[in-house]
Amino acid sequence: MGRYVIRRLLQMIPVFIGSTFLIFFMVYALGDPVAALFGDRAPDPATAAQIRNELHLNDPLWKQYLLYMKNIFSGDFGTAFNGQSVTSLMGSAFPVTIRLTIVAIIFEIIIGITLGVITGMRRGKPVDTGVLLLTLIVISVPTFVTGYVLQYLFGVQLKWTAPSVSPEAPFNELILPGLVLALVSLAYVTRLTRTSIAENTRADYLRTAVAKGLPRRRIIIRHLLRNSLIPVVTFIGTDVGFLMGGAIVTERIFNIHGVGFQLYQGILRNNAPTVVGFVTILVLVFLLANLLVDLLYAVLDPRIRYA
Amino acid sequence: MTVIDDVSNVPAPDAALAPLLEVRDLHVEFHTRDGIAKAVNGVNYSVSAGETLAVLGESGSGKSVSAQAVMGILDMPPARIPKGEIFFQGRDMLKMSGEERRKIRGRKIAMIFQDALSSLNPVLSVGYQLGEMYRVHQGLSRKAAKAKSIELMDRVRIPAARERVNDYPHQFSGGMRQRIMIAMALALEPELIIADEPTTALDVTVQAQVMELLAELQREYNMGLILITHDLGVVADVADKIAVMYAGRIVEDAPVHDIYARPAHPYTKGLLQSIPRLDQKGQELYAIKGLPPNLTRIPAGCAFNPRCPMAQDICRTDVPPLHPVGTARGSACHFWKETLGD
Repeated sequence: MGRYVIRRLLQMIPVFIGSTFLIFFMVYALGDPVAALFGDRAPDPATAAQIRNELHLNDPLWKQYLLYMKNIFSGDFGTAFNGQSVTSLMGSAFPVTIRLTIVAIIFEIIIGITLGVITGMRRGKPVDTGVLLLTLIVISVPTFVTGYVLQYLFGVQLKWTAPSVSPEAPFNELILPGLVLALVSLAYVTRLTRTSIAENTRADYLRTAVAKGLPRRRIIIRHLLRNSLIPVVTFIGTDVGFLMGGAIVTERIFNIHGVGFQLYQGILRNNAPTVVGFVTILVLVFLLANLLVDLLYAVLDPRIRYA
Repeated sequence: MTVIDDVSNVPAPDAALAPLLEVRDLHVEFHTRDGIAKAVNGVNYSVSAGETLAVLGESGSGKSVSAQAVMGILDMPPARIPKGEIFFQGRDMLKMSGEERRKIRGRKIAMIFQDALSSLNPVLSVGYQLGEMYRVHQGLSRKAAKAKSIELMDRVRIPAARERVNDYPHQFSGGMRQRIMIAMALALEPELIIADEPTTALDVTVQAQVMELLAELQREYNMGLILITHDLGVVADVADKIAVMYAGRIVEDAPVHDIYARPAHPYTKGLLQSIPRLDQKGQELYAIKGLPPNLTRIPAGCAFNPRCPMAQDICRTDVPPLHPVGTARGSACHFWKETLGD
C-alpha cells in the first residue's frame, strides 16, 4: 500500500509539469498581456516595453515557465489584474468553492443515494419510472437553464432565498446554488445507485443473509448497501475533485465569488498569472482527489489490493 | 408385555413422534412472462432428527425450489405457493408471520448453498459473517461473537482459525469456504440443515472431505439433513432415504439401499445406468433420451412419458399416483412392478 502511494505520488510529477506547461503555453498564446492591461486604450510604447521587461515577456517561453515555476514554489503566484496578489485571490475564492462543493456533495449523497435505493428496490414500479424520467430530464437540461429557472422561482417569486449570494457566501445562501450545481451529478448518483442495488439484490450472498434469519433492516444496510455503494462512493469522490474546479456557470448565475468566478475574470481580462495559478492548484487537487478515490476503493472492497 | 405397557403409559408428545419436518402436497409456481412455470407440483416428504434425506434430480426438477420454500427464502413474487403445508416441529410454517419464520431461519433450520464464493458477502470478513449469527439471534457482543466464530471455525477444522477470522472469503480456498458455509449453518446448532448441492462446486477430493465433515457433524448434533444433489455418488454414502424428483414431483421415494439395488421407476433406473462405471470402460455411456420438460408446459399424464422407454398409452393420459412398493417405498409409475421386475 505504502509503495503504491509513493509510486502514484511520483507519477504525479510528470503529469503536473506537463499540464502546467500546457496551460502556460496556451495562456501565452492567448495574446499580448500588456495590451490587455491597458484595455481599449493604446499603451505608450516606452511604458509597454518597460512592463514587458519587468514581466520577463521578452524571454523565451521555456525560460518564462521555469521562472514561473520557481516563483510558485516560493509561494509567489504573481499579481492579478486588479493589483491583488493571486494568492490572496485564492485565499478568498477557495473557501467559497469548498463550501459550495460541500453543499453539493451533501445533496448528492442524501437525495441521490436515497432515490437510488428506493428505485433500485422497486424496479419497474411507478416510483422507479417517475424518478428515472426525472433524472433523464435533469441530465439533458443544461445547468444555466435549471439555474436561472430555480433562481427565478425560489429567489425572485417565492423569495425563499436571496437571488444572489453575498461576497462572504455563508452556507445558508449556498443551498440553492449547491442544489443547482449538484443536480446533474445527483441524477447520475441516483442512476448508479439504482443499477448497483438492482444488481446486488439478485446476488447469492443476499439470499444467504436472508437464510441466516437476519432482520430486513440489517440485510439492506449491512449487506445490500455496503456492497452497492462501492461504485457510488468512488463516483462521488471523483466528483469532489471536479466540483472543486469551480462551477463557472453556477457561480456566474448566483454571483458567487469562488474559483469559477475568478477563473472567468482571469480569462476575460487575459490575466495569465490568475489563470495559470488557479489551474495549477486545480490540477493538484484533481490528482490528489483521484488518488484518494483509488485508495478508498481498496478500503471499501477488500478484494482490491494495491502493491 | 411390560415394554408395551411402558410405552402406552408415557403420554407421548406429538412432536416426539412426528417427524421434524413434514412437507405435504407442496406446490410452487413462478409467474413469468411466458406463463406460469409449475416448479413444484405436489411434493411430500419428511425428515426426522438424525435422519438424512437426499433429494435427487436434474436441474429444473424442483429440488432446490422446494427446499427454498421450506427455508422461506423464495422471492414472492414471482414465486407463489398456491397449495401445501410445511410442518416443522408440528406447526405449519406457511401459516406463520414473517417475523416468526425469520426467527426459525438460521436458528432452527439452516441452509448451505452451492457456491460458497458467491454465497458469502465479499466485503465482510468471515468472522463478521459468522459472528452475525450470534449477534442477531443471541444478542452477543461483537467480542463474544468473534470468540464464538473462532471456536466454530475450529470445529469445521479450518487451520489457524484465530489468525484467519478477519480474512475475507476470497482469501480462502474453495473447500475452506464451503467449511465456512457449513460453520455458519451450524452456528446456532439448528435442528435441520438443508444443503443445496454443497459439494458441486468443489474438486472431487475436497468433495469427499466436505461430505464427511457434514455427515460427522450431523451425527454429533443429531440434526435432520436434507441433501439436495444431482450426484448419485454423493448420496450413497450418507443418505438414509432418497426422494427422486422429476418435473416438480417425487417419482420415487425409498430407503437408499433399495433404490440402488432395484429401482422402481424408469427415471431412477435411467439415472443409475448413466453413472460411468469402471467395468464398462470403453462402452458407450447410457444417457436418458430427450430433455427435461419446460415447466410452463409439463406433458399430460406422467411428465416423464416422452423420455420413458416403457411408456404406454395410459402414461400419456393418467398421472401415476405414488404406488406403495413394499413398506417404506413408493414409485409414481404405472408399471413399477415391471420396472422392479426386470
